[in-house]
Amino acid sequence: MKPFEYDRLENSHDLSAVANGRYLGGGTNLIDLMKHQIETPDVLVDVTRAGMDTIEQRDGAVLVGSQVSNTDLAAHPLIRKHYSVLSTALLSGATQQLRNKATTGGNFLQRTRCQYFYDTKRACNKRQPGSGCDAMNGLNRFHAILGESENCIAVHPSDMAVAMAALDAVVLTRKPDGSERRIPAADLHRLPGDRPDLDHVLEQGELIVGVELPEKPPKLQAYRKVRDRSSYAFAVVSAAVALDVEDGQMRNVRIGLGGVAHKPWRASKAEAALEGKAPDTALFMQAMREEMADATGHGHNDFKITLAPRVVVSMLKQLTGLGEN
Amino acid sequence: MYPLHLTVNGTAHDVEVDPRRSLLDLVRETLNLKGPKKGCDHGQCGACTMIVNGRRINSCLSLALSHEGDEVTTVEGLADGEELHPLQQAFVEEDAFQCGICTSGQLCSAAALIDEIKEGLPSVVTGQDPVELNDEEIRERMSGNLCRCGAYNNIVEAIRSAAGEQR
Repeated sequence: MKPFEYDRLENSHDLSAVANGRYLGGGTNLIDLMKHQIETPDVLVDVTRAGMDTIEQRDGAVLVGSQVSNTDLAAHPLIRKHYSVLSTALLSGATQQLRNKATTGGNFLQRTRCQYFYDTKRACNKRQPGSGCDAMNGLNRFHAILGESENCIAVHPSDMAVAMAALDAVVLTRKPDGSERRIPAADLHRLPGDRPDLDHVLEQGELIVGVELPEKPPKLQAYRKVRDRSSYAFAVVSAAVALDVEDGQMRNVRIGLGGVAHKPWRASKAEAALEGKAPDTALFMQAMREEMADATGHGHNDFKITLAPRVVVSMLKQLTGLGEN
Repeated sequence: MYPLHLTVNGTAHDVEVDPRRSLLDLVRETLNLKGPKKGCDHGQCGACTMIVNGRRINSCLSLALSHEGDEVTTVEGLADGEELHPLQQAFVEEDAFQCGICTSGQLCSAAALIDEIKEGLPSVVTGQDPVELNDEEIRERMSGNLCRCGAYNNIVEAIRSAAGEQR
């Protein structure tokens, strides 16, 4: 690990002194990457004791501090009752030890687990811009099928962020100059384009202070994660689905996909195709096929193009009472 | 070097640490407690598991400096003097280890698991029901502790037996 200075932020209101620092939350990903010398910050600013560790209701919405642990967020009665898709997504990720340490803000900002990003002997445009992408013609079973570029086919590894995107959560940030932003969770991460080194839209020194979960989320919610073993594995494909059914018609349909893109993928074409319609298995499949119209396989991950729709169709059937499979 | 105050197994320590020092290295190399093991050093195996302020964590992925004022329990802190912790006794009785390298992490993890169940913390297999300590819950909640010898079945037995005694 490269030497660095360590600083501890006492409160999250004044960030003026930390303009050059890198924020440290639970550190379960950042410290690992520092051991690999993939991340080499000069200054680490520990924000775990700067407040931002409560969950509270305000005007119907739920405000989650960025330093709330994944364990505490998943277990909170409000989250389990009204945002169960988020609770399930959190509990589907990592292990109890990691969830105890990992924070809400940090979970968003964890980096890809693409093996070529981790292997410093390999070409990776995300780790070393311009070096190439060894995943493109390599072992890419876990890689992206939607929104990728010729420079990068890595996927974002978070389960939590997929549920946040499907819930229309809003990421609340503060910059060193004191200004604040509200960023829809689905817009926090970028597609790789020609800058795969940039995972998200945050600026240097901009801190995630919390997340706002909107009031009245859809009543029917589910998260399903398809993976190689039943615990402690990243998603091959995952899906967060939320909707209401009113007078026999689907309303507020939201579908987030994980394991398929550089960011949590909102299946907005499928959502639009389902909105206002009566639940129907053939319609579910048709909507998801439309969503996958632009999907591209890279060899080992071709199966995701058929797997992702099947996962969502199965969940929609279950949620709307059309059957288990 | 930076000053750090923390409590390990009930003993207060004031030490000077390099910011790069992990909690695991601090405990093993500076405080000379060799129970916690450095297996993978990347948060994948769980051999370094410690209980910090009541919650188990991978001490290899945690900077020592981020534990100012914290209460840390390692495997050395589980027994009551010469009397083994019920989990330690159960691991012996159920033959829940072979080589033993993962055992200190398994024990810390299991001790925290029993408290998590009492606290009602859900896992992904819990659903909306109250938490019950059954094999499915134990297996899911222990997934962060690997055992190369494959003593998993006996580890589950030992945890169930020790948790039953504590009820």
